[in-house]
Amino acid sequence: MSLKNRHVISVKDFSREEIDYILDTAEKLEPVAKGEKRLRLLDGKIIALLFFEPSTRTRLSFEAAVHRLGGQVLHLGSVEASSVMKGENLADTMRVISNYADIIVLRHPLDGSARMATEFASVPIINGGDGSVNHPTQTFLDLFTIRRESHLEGLKIAMAGDLKYGRTVHSLCHALSLYGAEMTFVSPPELRMPSEIVRDLQNNGISVKETDSLEEIIGDVEVLYMTRVQKERFLDPAEYEKVKNKLKITGDLLSTADPNLKILHPLPRVDEIFPEVDSTPHASYFKQAFYGIPIRMALLALATGVIE
Amino acid sequence: MRVKRDLKIQAIECGTVIDHIKAGQALNVLRILGISSDFRATISFVMNASGARGKKDVVKIEDKNLSIEELNRITLISPKATINIIRDFKVVQKNNVVLPSYVEGIVRCTNPNCISNSSEPIKSKFSVLQEDEERVALQCLYCEHIISENIAENLL
Repeated sequence: MSLKNRHVISVKDFSREEIDYILDTAEKLEPVAKGEKRLRLLDGKIIALLFFEPSTRTRLSFEAAVHRLGGQVLHLGSVEASSVMKGENLADTMRVISNYADIIVLRHPLDGSARMATEFASVPIINGGDGSVNHPTQTFLDLFTIRRESHLEGLKIAMAGDLKYGRTVHSLCHALSLYGAEMTFVSPPELRMPSEIVRDLQNNGISVKETDSLEEIIGDVEVLYMTRVQKERFLDPAEYEKVKNKLKITGDLLSTADPNLKILHPLPRVDEIFPEVDSTPHASYFKQAFYGIPIRMALLALATGVIE
Repeated sequence: MRVKRDLKIQAIECGTVIDHIKAGQALNVLRILGISSDFRATISFVMNASGARGKKDVVKIEDKNLSIEELNRITLISPKATINIIRDFKVVQKNNVVLPSYVEGIVRCTNPNCISNSSEPIKSKFSVLQEDEERVALQCLYCEHIISENIAENLL
């Protein structure tokens, strides 16, 4: 299987076999990601990191992935000091940077920008997040974390928090449906999973349960994917406080959990996971942050064709 | 005075008659076909005419054959419209419009944050989804946003 020159825009563009291949590749690259082994696969390659909006975590983990594989990065610098401020459109920027780099990692505030970039770039594009639509490297690293810390096939998973606006949970649901899963969605009524996503999942044979209580489901899931509920989603601050207090993971809550339960979170967390949880064997969110490195290494190596 | 129904809109010698348009959508049909004030052929239309299946609109375009692709776009706002090609006052061909699977540059994405609403050199692109017999939805190929209502109001 070759993914050479493939754009990485949405997980939906990949078959289950291709996803497995990406995860297998990431697993092989783990010792390199940890710095235990040197492998200069991207030696001589230039990777353009075009971040049109701030995103420290995604940018740094891409940069770390490139460095671990011996490649060089090109930065946009600050948007204010770039050609963008002179009025250059994204299409022209893509045409130009294609001449400078072997692959482009793009993060852009507009929805669909990464898909558009593929029409103008002559090198592969990896979507580092386009507005509120897709963030495929996050989904791949979520899948990789689940595979490494638990299992993908027929997983019993709960997703909690802001399920209405959270793009990470939407993409993850779709990807997990390729493996069969029992899904439970835990959210306040105003932040429920969009009904069309629930309908699609059910049409694909996925069992779906919806609730607003973590206590009710904590004993019956293998993975709990927690997300942050943002204050700005609520008109009434009192309502936000109420929801926040209901959706939190504490030591007490975990006393009735499955001993093998793993907790994931795309980070940053605020106070939805109490610090006392960090030292329990359930906490997988910092490992999840690490898994972002081998996943991004794998995607860079596969799309540039240095691994085929 | 009693007016004969068939005089409301004259038969045409040659051209295209779009019949069974959803009532009130005739002007949108013209918009979706890109017909504006610089269009030279004669156009006549009735809105809210009573037909066997309730109220409907009818548009007649003389001396002009529109492409099948152009005509099929009408399904976006009126899935049950029919097309009659007229020669010598006779219907020589009658077709239902067929839902296209893809449309480009004719509808604006309703997501204000979509890249297709920015100053980039691209046209809007949608895949067409049939919700049911009467309703059509569009999914933006850039931002994945689905427009299931008010398509006519978002024609470019």
